[in-house]
Amino acid sequence: MRFRETRWPIEPVAVLWMAVGWLGFAVLPWYGIEDGFFGFSWLFDGYPSDSEFAPALVLALKGEKLWLAPLGLLLVVPLLLWGRTKSDPVFSRLLIIVSAAGFGWLLFQGFAIGLRGWQFGWLTSLFGELGDRQFGMGYGALLVSGAFLFLFTLGVAARGAVSGDVFVVGSIGFVVAMVAIFIFMPILMMLANAMQTDDGGYSPVAFLAKLFSSRLWSLACLAGGSRCGVAWNSLLLAVLVGLLTMFLGLVFALVVTRTGFRHGKLLRALTVLPIITPAFVIGLAIILLFGLSGAVTQSVAGAFGLQPTRWVYGLPGLLIAQVLAFTPIAFLVLMGVVEGVSPSMEEASQTLRASRWQTFWTVSLPLMRPGLANAFLLGFIESMADFGNPLVLSGNYDVLSTEIFFAIVGAQNDAALAAILALVLLAFTLGAFYAQRFWIGRRSYTTVTGKGDAGVHPRLPAGLTYALYVIAGLWTAFTVLVYTVIFYGSFVKLWGVDQSLTLEHYRKAFSVGWNEFGIHWSGSAWSSFWTTMEITLISAPLTAGIGLLTAYLLVRQNFRGKNAFEFATMLSFAIPGTVIGVSYIIAFNVPPIELTGTGIILVLSFIFRNMPVGVRAGVASMSQIDRSLDESSLTLGANSWQTFRRVILPLLRSAMLAALVYSFVRAMTAISAVIFLVSARYDLSTSYIVGRVENNEYGIAIAYSTVLIVVMLMVIGLMQLLVGSRNIGRRGIQQGDGGWSVRTNVSLPGTAGGPTTIAGAG
Amino acid sequence: MIKRAILGAGILAAGMWAASSSASAESLTMYCGVDEVWCQQTARAFEEKTGITVNMTRKSAGEIYAQLRAEAANPKADIWWGGTGDPHLQASEEGLTVEYKSPLLNQLQPWAIKQAETSGYRTVGIYSGALGFGYNKDLLAKNNLPEPKCWADLIKPEYKGHIQVANPNSSGTAYNMLATIVQLFGEDKGFEYMKALHKNVNQYTKSGSAPIKAAGLGETTIGIVFIHDAVSQVVAGFPIVPVTPCEGTGYEIGSESIIKGARNLEAAKKFYDWALEADVQSMAQKAGSFQVPSNKAAKTSDKAPDLSTIKLIDYDFKKYGSSEERKRLLKKWDEEVASLPQ
Repeated sequence: MRFRETRWPIEPVAVLWMAVGWLGFAVLPWYGIEDGFFGFSWLFDGYPSDSEFAPALVLALKGEKLWLAPLGLLLVVPLLLWGRTKSDPVFSRLLIIVSAAGFGWLLFQGFAIGLRGWQFGWLTSLFGELGDRQFGMGYGALLVSGAFLFLFTLGVAARGAVSGDVFVVGSIGFVVAMVAIFIFMPILMMLANAMQTDDGGYSPVAFLAKLFSSRLWSLACLAGGSRCGVAWNSLLLAVLVGLLTMFLGLVFALVVTRTGFRHGKLLRALTVLPIITPAFVIGLAIILLFGLSGAVTQSVAGAFGLQPTRWVYGLPGLLIAQVLAFTPIAFLVLMGVVEGVSPSMEEASQTLRASRWQTFWTVSLPLMRPGLANAFLLGFIESMADFGNPLVLSGNYDVLSTEIFFAIVGAQNDAALAAILALVLLAFTLGAFYAQRFWIGRRSYTTVTGKGDAGVHPRLPAGLTYALYVIAGLWTAFTVLVYTVIFYGSFVKLWGVDQSLTLEHYRKAFSVGWNEFGIHWSGSAWSSFWTTMEITLISAPLTAGIGLLTAYLLVRQNFRGKNAFEFATMLSFAIPGTVIGVSYIIAFNVPPIELTGTGIILVLSFIFRNMPVGVRAGVASMSQIDRSLDESSLTLGANSWQTFRRVILPLLRSAMLAALVYSFVRAMTAISAVIFLVSARYDLSTSYIVGRVENNEYGIAIAYSTVLIVVMLMVIGLMQLLVGSRNIGRRGIQQGDGGWSVRTNVSLPGTAGGPTTIAGAG
Repeated sequence: MIKRAILGAGILAAGMWAASSSASAESLTMYCGVDEVWCQQTARAFEEKTGITVNMTRKSAGEIYAQLRAEAANPKADIWWGGTGDPHLQASEEGLTVEYKSPLLNQLQPWAIKQAETSGYRTVGIYSGALGFGYNKDLLAKNNLPEPKCWADLIKPEYKGHIQVANPNSSGTAYNMLATIVQLFGEDKGFEYMKALHKNVNQYTKSGSAPIKAAGLGETTIGIVFIHDAVSQVVAGFPIVPVTPCEGTGYEIGSESIIKGARNLEAAKKFYDWALEADVQSMAQKAGSFQVPSNKAAKTSDKAPDLSTIKLIDYDFKKYGSSEERKRLLKKWDEEVASLPQ
């Protein structure tokens, strides 16, 4: 790429963003539009003069909403830079001041003036009643705030930050703004909400009373009472699930990598299933097997002459369902780690005459620590956040995630209580996160050094091998049984009563009819199905995009505050979906950002919930690409954007696919966050299925899930076809060419070791 | 090149899809408080009749009420159709719904009109149903239990662990039961009853009709629900026997309300009237719902419980439908009943 040497009288990037800003200020409607911007009906309904659809400029000229007018003035000021170069100190100073003022004012007016005029008491006392109000911001406001943001980063870059790279500084600014608005702001607003009392005041006393209520923390069950507090219930369950999934994941990983087991592919395929199954469907199958009238319970009770009980409702059932659902994740995490442990260490141990047992216990296992910790943490967080299984299986064993839900939707409608419960949940997951970092410590687990490493892993002790086979075999058989039940259940007329085969459930959910207005999707599942496809297919590429961009910044750029930046981008990983859901409702139900009831809020929740995985996948593959590639691109005159687009991105195909597939699958199966965010217009498959399960319409729920599983497999195949695989010479591609090595890239922020930090030594 | 072509085709298809989905003109957003099947049937029937697209979400009455309150500053829905009457009354009391007198009001049963009058015409009855319970006859026989006939039977120790009822905090049905017991036995004795019942309950479900469905599947022996819910289980083929308690029982008036600040007010009114028509209400039984319709001319199934043969208490909807009383009773239930060991 050649640079044009003609000098512009003013920096072209600044002109570009000013133009964008003016487009937002003077052309697009400032406020959000009821019927949706892209319906374009606003164009014919009195635009631009109608106050509802008017751009800010028109509003200002009409003398309405005068608080918007300063924004327009601030957008003109950068023209003062006429004739100044980027290196001129006045250039950067002016841009920074103007854009910071603009952005700040935009936010301030948004928060200060809401649906009922002034939002803050002190403003009312200062200026009296406003007598006017405003709705949520729309595309006009979006463009203006974007313009201010990028003018600001341009100013910062002009001061010489990150070697004055406009693209990099802009990207950092963009990611930081996004994370601040869509992760930090909702959490902080939730915190504020937790302190609120019924009548709208703030009371720390009420907050503490709710926080330390016996309903949450009672230990009565230890002293022979009936129930323990909800918090303890959740904690106990999550710890057990974390430990069990870690253990089973390790067993499977060892079986596949260390025992000469030949059907590893088959086992991998089996692990895919629970990942793409909507979680509560497993819970349902558990009921059908182990419920009071479940097949297993009945036959066991019949065989031994016992009275069948409802034993499965509560901790046992939850444990079975969650371990079943989350073991694959632990397996995929541990696979990478177990494979990555260098044989040389183990060989050294054996040369020093350690027995196979000693080698396994004292060398191999400790080297897997980071993987074990990650696996535990994932199981722990998933269990804490799991909503679907407790909904059908918890019986009277209440856990935090469902309690949060019913604090909001129950007749008592106590949003403050929900926020407090969500905080407790968040404290647990963040606590576990730090505990695992502490446990791993600062020791080095690096065994992949890039030096010659031709050894072969030693065989495991024979006894251990057999034990592993037995455990893995039993668990596999159990998984197969559960899925048989799921599949079979979708064709049975009335489970437990009428076992005759039928297609009725599929017909009910997916029938298509015809009427005078055209095709009529009369099946009850269609509406939520199309919405789900639309939302997930929109959010998956966006998630992958922002994830890879962040990864590029983390791996390839150095800037101040990088650690804090990394933590912020990874934070949402430790936040359970239920918490995200609650905080999004609290933050985005009222202006300035008014998103509840739209599809956008679903897309956003998916993006920011799944972004960390995109980041981790990107970091992992980018670490393997030598910097000299970027450098040669830069030396040849390309700028950092071109380098990113033309050199790095094509080499990142596997990471891209991983991020795409993961975010797609997560969006399709997510329930904990979206259950709060779905609306009549945008109902998602999972929340629809939960509704059916709640009403014991098991047939439809299972049939729908089966369809979803098939659709997911198809879409994943299609994604693979579209993204393609990177072609790096004649070398075989070692990692990430199949969709399902995806999870091995899951690692947590800052954890030493794990597959992601295996650095390619040039 | 091929990849590009596929990508291009994909984008084109997505674009066309987006265009076609945004093309429909009139729409109605409905919160539906009855069973999914009935909700779907009603929404689709209205669509077919009028061409107005119906965006429907099914939730329990309590959830809908909570959502309306949360969205009060900025309502998202137009109409709230179905679900037990109390939260409808609460919503009208709090001004979440609008006053509307349907021209079809004179075709309705007296209790439906009374419901409208109580609320200042902010809601109207569309069906009613009596509270009761149902048992799984196979399980009952298997456990050698006597047939329960009265409320008083349910607190007998032999039914320990056999009864399921919804949690009144999340279900309008269960709140209706709580209010019925309080009105039937008086508040003190009523709470004594609830405490005794608590010992026999194996699970408080979240949704009102879940207990009888669990009974149908054999996951519990007895479920306390509205009798029409038990009847639909019978019709579906489950071994359920519906029981109307001998002491008399409370009832609900399923209602509909137009939401204040509705974005599609005209469509909402159209739906409101349409839902009161006799032949529309007669369709309910096709969806397996056996409530008593509010339009006098609407046909009922012979399987539907005949309200005139059931001993109904004089349910005070005004008092027990009010937010204040509801909050008080729920709090009391939480503190005095739910916290007890079982």
